[in-house]
Amino acid sequence: MSFSAIDSALPSSVMGGDSRYKLLETAIKRHQSQSDALIEVLHAAQEIFGYLDTDLLVHISKNLKLPLSKVYGVATFYHFFSVSPRGAHTCVICMGTACYTKGARKLSAAAEKISGLKVGETASDGSLSLMTARCIGACGIAPAIVMDGKVVGGQSEEMVTEQLKGWIEDGF
Amino acid sequence: MAVKTLTIDGRLVSAMEGQTVLEAAQEAGIHIPTLCHLDGVSDLGACRMCLVELGNSPKLQPACVLKVAEGMEVRTNSDRLRKYRKMIVELLLSERNHVCSVCVSNGHCELQDMAVELGVDHSRFDYIYPVERVDITHQRFGVDHNRCILCGRCVRVCDEVEGAHTWDMAGRGAKSFVITDMNQPWGDSTSCTSCGKCVQACPTGAIFQKGATVGEMQKDRTRLEFIVTAREKKQWIG
Repeated sequence: MSFSAIDSALPSSVMGGDSRYKLLETAIKRHQSQSDALIEVLHAAQEIFGYLDTDLLVHISKNLKLPLSKVYGVATFYHFFSVSPRGAHTCVICMGTACYTKGARKLSAAAEKISGLKVGETASDGSLSLMTARCIGACGIAPAIVMDGKVVGGQSEEMVTEQLKGWIEDGF
Repeated sequence: MAVKTLTIDGRLVSAMEGQTVLEAAQEAGIHIPTLCHLDGVSDLGACRMCLVELGNSPKLQPACVLKVAEGMEVRTNSDRLRKYRKMIVELLLSERNHVCSVCVSNGHCELQDMAVELGVDHSRFDYIYPVERVDITHQRFGVDHNRCILCGRCVRVCDEVEGAHTWDMAGRGAKSFVITDMNQPWGDSTSCTSCGKCVQACPTGAIFQKGATVGEMQKDRTRLEFIVTAREKKQWIG
């Protein structure tokens, strides 16, 4: 992590005219730089950049005139936001009550076994991130998993293993 | 402002509208245990030590954020409440590494005092023994996350009294931890004014003055009260 950018008004990538920052500017302007739009702006930043690094969070806090620690606190509170890069593929296992009683624990164990990762970790080659969520609101199709942003229900250990095996071995 | 009359532990107490049950009890000389409450900053009901029973309601309410109401019946010291308070302290003790014998605040610690007050002589829960950081990058102060109980007093005193908002809470649930600025070393913090209010506000030895050894870190809460009174009432007492 670098903290060099904290003293300067803008991260160097902004000076360089990174087009992603321009998209972020648009999102911030849409909310008139209001400090209570922090979550909306973080949402936009997460979508644009894929993850929220320190420079980006400093940039957001300066634009919304918020304390650095508050922005970091909010970014780390919600599972949707990530402060480190995520893998090319993501597997989010729902641990909500319905999914849990339908065996989400077994699914996460199967996913950990095939990937060699622990929940919350990203593979060192950046191929896969394994995550859990509290409840994704898909209780009717429990146990549910979000595979690369797509919600799939009625999952079994075999199905999870198969899908992750495909990602790990062939990259799809 | 209207006066409200309520009963606390069978005693008739009158309080101003808008006051909390905790304030009303304190003014009447009735002791309700607290950990995250700090005079001069806002309350948020984080520690649940001040839970009280209300009338016939089965639901417990935190006295520090519960506003007084006419005819309210409050019980502050039932067997059930004592049981829960004891449990809370045991949970706090098992969550991090609270080793009094090597702590700078040994003998002057609100968590330790609370454990003594409630008769906590052991924890029924298994200790988690988490690996926590100690940050001594600040020139004058240090923070030992092993001793933090996540009360958020440092966060509120820094935001509301000093106005710097250097501290905040990162993460969620049992994995929460206090941070300075961008979760960076305290010494590298650009917003910290080194005023030391967080040191005085911290109930345990989690935030301390450097150079203090076992039992030497005595917090002086009156310094905070002095500043808050001066700021709010323009009276410099103390």
